[in-house]
Amino acid sequence: MTNSWTDIKNTDLIVVMGGNAAEAHPCGFKWVTEAKAQRGAKLIVVDPRFTRTASVSDFYAPIRQGTDIAFLLGVIRYCIENDKVQHDYVRLFTNAPYIVKEGFGYQDGLFTGYDEAKRDYDRSTWEYELGADGYVQVDETLQHPRCVYQLLKQHIAAYTPEMVERICGTPKDKYLTICKMIAECSARDKTMTSMYALGWTQHSKGSQNIRAMAMLQLLLGNIGVRGGGMNALRGHSNIQGLTDIGLMSNLLPGYLTLGTDKEVDFATYMSTRGFKPLRPNQMSYWQNYKKFMVSFLKSMWGKAATPENDFAYQWLPKLDVPGYDMLRYFDMMYQGKVNGYFCQGFNPLLSLSNRGKVTQALSKLKFLVSMDPLQTETARFWKDEGVHNDVKPESIQTEVFELPTTCFAEDEGSLVNSGRWLQWHWPGQEPPGEAKADTWIMAQLFQRLRALYEKEGGAFPDPIVNLHWPYRLADDPQPDEMAKEMNGYVVSTVTDPVDPSKMLLEKGKQIDTFGQLRDDGSTACGCWIYSGSWTERGNMMARRDTSDPANTGAYSNWAFAWPANRRILYNRASADIDGKPWDPSRKLIEWNGTAWTGFDVPDIAPNAKPQDVGPFIMNPEGTARLFARGMMKDGPFPAHYEPFESPVTNVMAPKIRGNPAARIFPADLAALGTSDKFPYAATSYRLTEHFHFWTKHSHTNAVLQPEFFVEISEQLAAEKNIQKGGWVKVSSNRGSVYAKAVVTKRIKPLKCDGKTVHVVGIPLHWGFTGAARKGFGPNSLTPVVGDANIETPEFKAFLVNVEPSNGPAVS
Amino acid sequence: MAGLQSQDFARISATNFRPPDVRHDFEVAKLIDVSKCIGCKACQAACLQWNDLREEIGFNTGVFDNPHDLTPHSWTVMRFTEWENPQSGNLEWLIRKDGCMHCADPGCLKACPSPGAIVQYNNGIVDFISENCIGCGYCVKGCPFNIPRINQADHKAYKCTLCSDRVAVGQAPACAKACPTGAIVFGTKQAMLDHARTRITDLKSRGFQNAGIYDPPGVGGTHVMYVLHHADQPQLYAGLPQNPRISPVVELWKGVTKYAGLAAVGFAAAFAFVHATVARRNDVSRAEDREAEHVIDEEAARGRQA
Amino acid sequence: MAVRREETRTTVDRYPGRVRVNHWITAISLILLAISGAALFHPTLFFLSSLFGSGSNARMIHPWIGVVLLASFAVLFIQMVRHNFWTRTDTQWIRHVGDAMSGHDERLPEVGKYNGGQKLVFWMMALLIIILFASGIMIWFEYFGGTFTIEQQRFGHIVHALAAVAMLLVVIVHIYAGFYVRGTISAMTEGKVTGGWAYRHHRLWLRKEAREGVIDERQTPPGHGFSRPAE
Repeated sequence: MTNSWTDIKNTDLIVVMGGNAAEAHPCGFKWVTEAKAQRGAKLIVVDPRFTRTASVSDFYAPIRQGTDIAFLLGVIRYCIENDKVQHDYVRLFTNAPYIVKEGFGYQDGLFTGYDEAKRDYDRSTWEYELGADGYVQVDETLQHPRCVYQLLKQHIAAYTPEMVERICGTPKDKYLTICKMIAECSARDKTMTSMYALGWTQHSKGSQNIRAMAMLQLLLGNIGVRGGGMNALRGHSNIQGLTDIGLMSNLLPGYLTLGTDKEVDFATYMSTRGFKPLRPNQMSYWQNYKKFMVSFLKSMWGKAATPENDFAYQWLPKLDVPGYDMLRYFDMMYQGKVNGYFCQGFNPLLSLSNRGKVTQALSKLKFLVSMDPLQTETARFWKDEGVHNDVKPESIQTEVFELPTTCFAEDEGSLVNSGRWLQWHWPGQEPPGEAKADTWIMAQLFQRLRALYEKEGGAFPDPIVNLHWPYRLADDPQPDEMAKEMNGYVVSTVTDPVDPSKMLLEKGKQIDTFGQLRDDGSTACGCWIYSGSWTERGNMMARRDTSDPANTGAYSNWAFAWPANRRILYNRASADIDGKPWDPSRKLIEWNGTAWTGFDVPDIAPNAKPQDVGPFIMNPEGTARLFARGMMKDGPFPAHYEPFESPVTNVMAPKIRGNPAARIFPADLAALGTSDKFPYAATSYRLTEHFHFWTKHSHTNAVLQPEFFVEISEQLAAEKNIQKGGWVKVSSNRGSVYAKAVVTKRIKPLKCDGKTVHVVGIPLHWGFTGAARKGFGPNSLTPVVGDANIETPEFKAFLVNVEPSNGPAVS
Repeated sequence: MAGLQSQDFARISATNFRPPDVRHDFEVAKLIDVSKCIGCKACQAACLQWNDLREEIGFNTGVFDNPHDLTPHSWTVMRFTEWENPQSGNLEWLIRKDGCMHCADPGCLKACPSPGAIVQYNNGIVDFISENCIGCGYCVKGCPFNIPRINQADHKAYKCTLCSDRVAVGQAPACAKACPTGAIVFGTKQAMLDHARTRITDLKSRGFQNAGIYDPPGVGGTHVMYVLHHADQPQLYAGLPQNPRISPVVELWKGVTKYAGLAAVGFAAAFAFVHATVARRNDVSRAEDREAEHVIDEEAARGRQA
Repeated sequence: MAVRREETRTTVDRYPGRVRVNHWITAISLILLAISGAALFHPTLFFLSSLFGSGSNARMIHPWIGVVLLASFAVLFIQMVRHNFWTRTDTQWIRHVGDAMSGHDERLPEVGKYNGGQKLVFWMMALLIIILFASGIMIWFEYFGGTFTIEQQRFGHIVHALAAVAMLLVVIVHIYAGFYVRGTISAMTEGKVTGGWAYRHHRLWLRKEAREGVIDERQTPPGHGFSRPAE
C-alpha cells in the first residue's frame, strides 16, 4: 500500500478491481464502510463475479478475467478525452513532459525491440532523450510528439468504449458510468483509492495491471494524498514483511537486489545501482544504496566484513538466471535437478500451478522437509488418498521430514501489514506438543552446519563459518535481538569530521533512522527500511497509542510504519508546487516557507524546497513514471494481452498468445489447453470463511464453509443440465476435480467479441487434510506460467470444461 | 428460579405474578445494518466460539448458507438471497444475519409452560434458563420468527442469548465484537434507533428510497433490529416477516383458552359437588329389587319358551 | 353373561374381567394424562408435574400415556361399540336427562345396556381421543417436531387444549354419574350390578340378560332369603 488501511476512510471513491476486499480482507474493509458512512464515499466493484464486496457496492460491472488493462486504459482514454486530468499534478509530478528517445514505438501488440525466440525485448529504445547536461529533455507544454503524454495518448487511442466492451464483456453503459465516476476524482478535492490484490497480480501481466491503475491514479492526482493511492491488499498477515526482508530468490532485505554472476566484485555490483539524478536537484534516494548495502553486509558478517574484502560481498550468492522463482524451481525439480527441498510455511502441493506436475516434481526429490504448524498436503504428497490424492506410495522414494512449528499466536515478533505497519505481537499461548519456533529450528541447523564446515572445511566455508551470530542463546535467537539487528546499530563510534570532540554515533547504540547509515562499515543494519523500528527509545513496533490529531487516519504513534514511520508514501505530492495542500480539508503536509510540517513524516528532505525537489524521491527523475522506461520487461506502457488460456483471441493483436514477454517452459507450453476443448473461462479465489489451507484444520471454519464447490451461472447450469448442489467434474488440459455446483445469479455469461463467455469460479481452500470435507484446489487445473516481471502464476484466468457428474467414486 | 434475587426481570415464563421489576435499567438493542454486512460469517464463528459450541461439519448444497439453518448449536446464521431488483435491473445479494430478535413481547415466553424457563430481563434481553426448560418445544410455536431449536440430546431449547453473560458485565455481544465492518452495533435501544436514522439517511442518498428500520410493532418492537435497504419488503431478506406478531392461535391457546378451560373444568367439578349435596339420591329401592326378580323370572320363562 | 341369584341378592354380570382391566387402564391413563397435561396447561397447575419427578418427565411421559390410552380405548371401543348405537329411545332419554339427574328414573324410558347419556359419553370419548391423539402427534415435538409446520403445530396445540378440556368435562360427567347413580361402581370393580340397579336403570338390558342369558340358580334362590313381593 502507498497509503494505509486507516487512510481509506478519507476517500471519496473506492475502486475494488482485481480484488475482493470484503471477502478476503473483511477486517480492513471496515475502513471502506467508514468512508461510505462518514464521508458518503462511493464504492465501485469490477469483477467477473458479483462478489461479497459487490453486495455492498454502489456500482458493479462485470469484466472478463484477464482484461483489466483494456478496461483501465479505456478509463485513461476517457479521462484524457474528457479533460478529466489533474493537469498541474501530471505536469509537475509525473514524467508526462519528458521526451522519449527516437525509435521507440508500438505496433501489432509489440513494443520495439522484440525477440520472439527469446520471448524478450531489447529495451534500449524505451528510454528518455537526455540533454548534454545528462538530464532528461522536457516539454512542459506536453505538445512534443515524443513526450510521454503524447505517446500515452497515442497508445490508448485504440481503447474506445466499444473496444473495451468487445474485449472485457463489460456493457458499455455500465463501463461509461464507471468512467464518469472515476473521472470526477481528477478534481483537487476529490480522491479515489484503488484496492486490489491477487485478482491483478496472478496474471501473466499482473505487474502491468497494477501499473495501468497507477497511471490512472497519477493522471487524477491521487498518489500521495489522503484517501488516494495504490493499495495492494496483502494476502497473509506478514506477506508484506516477507518481501520487505527479501525472501525472494533475487532480493536482499529492504529491496536491495542480489548480484548476478557477472557482478564479480562490489564495484561492478554498485555501478548499476545508486542512480544519478535525471533532473536537477532531485534526491534520487537510491544514491544511498551503498550505505544500505554495506550496513547489510556488516549485519551479516560483522567483523569479518571489512573494506578490504568488499565487506564480504563475495560471500553472497550470485544469480545465473533472473531469479529462482518457484515456477522455475519446481520445473528444475520436475527435471530431476533438485535433491532436497525445504517447505517452510509453504504448501506447494495445493498452492503451485499444475498439481500433477508438482506431485511428480516432489517425487523426484531425495528428501523433503516440511516446517509447518499444520499437517500440510505437501508433507503427505506421497499418501494415497483415493481420488483426492491419487498416487502410489510404493513408487515414491522421497524421504519426508516433518518439523512442527509454532503458529503466529504462539510466538513473539512483528507482523507487517498491507499498510507497511510493523506491529509487534506477543504469544497468546504455549506451543503444543513438540512444536518449535522456526528460528529455533534454523538456529539448530545452522549450528550443526557451521560445526561441520569448521571440522571438514568443504568447498566454500567462509559465508557459514563467518556468519555474525551475536545472540544471547546461540541455539535460540530471540525476536527482540533479531528485530534490533534489523533496525541497525552502530558498530564503531563516529565523530563529527569538523569537530572530533562531537560524537555523531555511539558504538553499540541502536540507530534512529536509515539516514544515519554509513558506507564505511561503522554501522550495521539488517533491513534498512526497518530502521527506526527499535531505537534507543525502545520497541516502536509495540506502540499502541490510538491518538490521531485532526482525525487524519495516520495514527502515527501506533506501531511503526516503514519507511521512517511514514504513513503515506510520496506524501509531498499531496501539496502543489508551492507546498500548499491540493485540498486544504485533506492536508497531510505543508511547506511553511522553511520546512515541511503536518501530520505525517514528509516523504522528502524536511527542508527540500517544494519548487526544486520532486515528490518521487526514489526515482532519479523525482517524478512518477507514466512511461516506465526499461524497468518493466513487457513494455513501458501496459498493453492488452489475453491470458495464455483465453476463450477469445486477442482482438488487438490476433497473432499474440498471452503476454509475449512472459516466460513459459516447454513442458508447460505443451500443457496449455484451447477453448475448443475447454470452452469456459475459469478463475480462482478465496472465501471469507477460510484462510488459504490453514483454517480447514479449524472445526469452526470448516462448519462455516465445509465443502469444495465451484460457482457457475444459471445459464451454464441449464445448458449443461447441472443441478444446484449437484456434483460436477471440472477439467482443464492438466487435470480434473470434482466439486459441488453453486448455481448463482451472481455470475452472468459475458458477451466478448460476439462470443458468449461463461465464467467458472473455483475457490481455493480444500485439500485432503484437516477438519473440512476432503476436496481439491484449483491448482489441479491451473497452467504454469507467470507474470513477465515477477513470475506470479496465472491463477486468475484459465480454461476449463464443466460436466455434470455423480461425484468422486468412494474408494 | 435462577437469579430472581437480582429483581432484574421484566417477565418470567409460566408465572402468575409480575416480577418485582425494581430495577429500571435502560433497554439494550443490537442493530444489524444489512447494508453494511458483507456476509463474512465472523458473527457465526464468534457465536460458536464464545458460547463454546461445536456444530456439525455439513455439506455444500449449492448455496453459501452454512449451516443451512439455525440449530441448537448455531444460534445465528447468515441467510443469503440473490434478488434482481425489478426497478433498477440490478442484482442485489441480500445477506441477513438471522437469530433471536429479543421481542419486547416475546411469543416464546408467552408459550412456555415451565416457570422461569424463559425470562426477559429489564434490559429487554429474552433468555432461556436451561435448568428450568422441559424441552416441550412450545417456544418454537410461540416464536413469530422461527428461532428456538430443541437439542434432541438434552431436550432443552436453545437460541441466541444476546450474550446476556457479556452484556451483564458491560461487554457487547460476541457477534457485534467480531463484526469487521460495524454492521452489527450494540448499545441502548435509543442510541441504536438514532444510529439507524443516520444509516437510513445515507441509504436514501444512495437511491434506496425505501430504506428503513425493522423494529416490528406487532411484537412490541425488538431488541435486535435491522437496517434494511428495502424496509417495505422485509420478506425479500430470506422471508423476514412483514408484520410479525404472536400467532393469534397461540394468543388464543395461551390466553382465553387457558382461563376458560380451567374455569369450565372447575365449574363442572363444583356443579357435581353441589349436585351431589342437594340432588335427590339416585338409589335402587327395595321395590325395584323385587321388581327385578319378577322381571327376571318373567323373562327367563319367556326365554325358555323360545 | 349371567344373572346370579345369590344368597342375599341377585346380581347381573355387566363386565367381564378383560373389559374391567381395560377400563381401568384407560381410566388411569386418563387421570395421568389429565394431571400431566394440566401441569403443562396452566402455570398454577405446573406443580402437578412434580408427581412425575419433574416438568421434563411430565413432558416426556404424557404422550406415551396417550399412546397407552389410545390402545386400551381402542380395545374398549371394540368391546363396547355394539351396545352404543344410537336409537330413538336414546334421544328420548336425553330429553329427560333432568329426571335422571334428579333421581326420577321412573320417568325415563326403558333402556338397554346403555342409556343415551352413557352412549354420549362413549362417543364423545371416542371422538375426543381421536382428536387428542391426532393433535397430540402434531405437537409431540420429540418425534414429530419436523413433520408438521409450525403453523400446523400451533393449530394442533389449540385443538389439543380445547379437546382436553372437553375430555375433562366428559370424564367429570362420567365419574360423577358413577358416584351419583348408586350401585354403578361395582360394575367396574366386581363386574356385576344388582338386579334392582339393572331394573332401575337398564331394564331392557335386564330383560335381555334374563331372557337370553344363563340364570345361575346355584345359590339359594331368592325368596328363601327374603320374601318375594306379593303377587
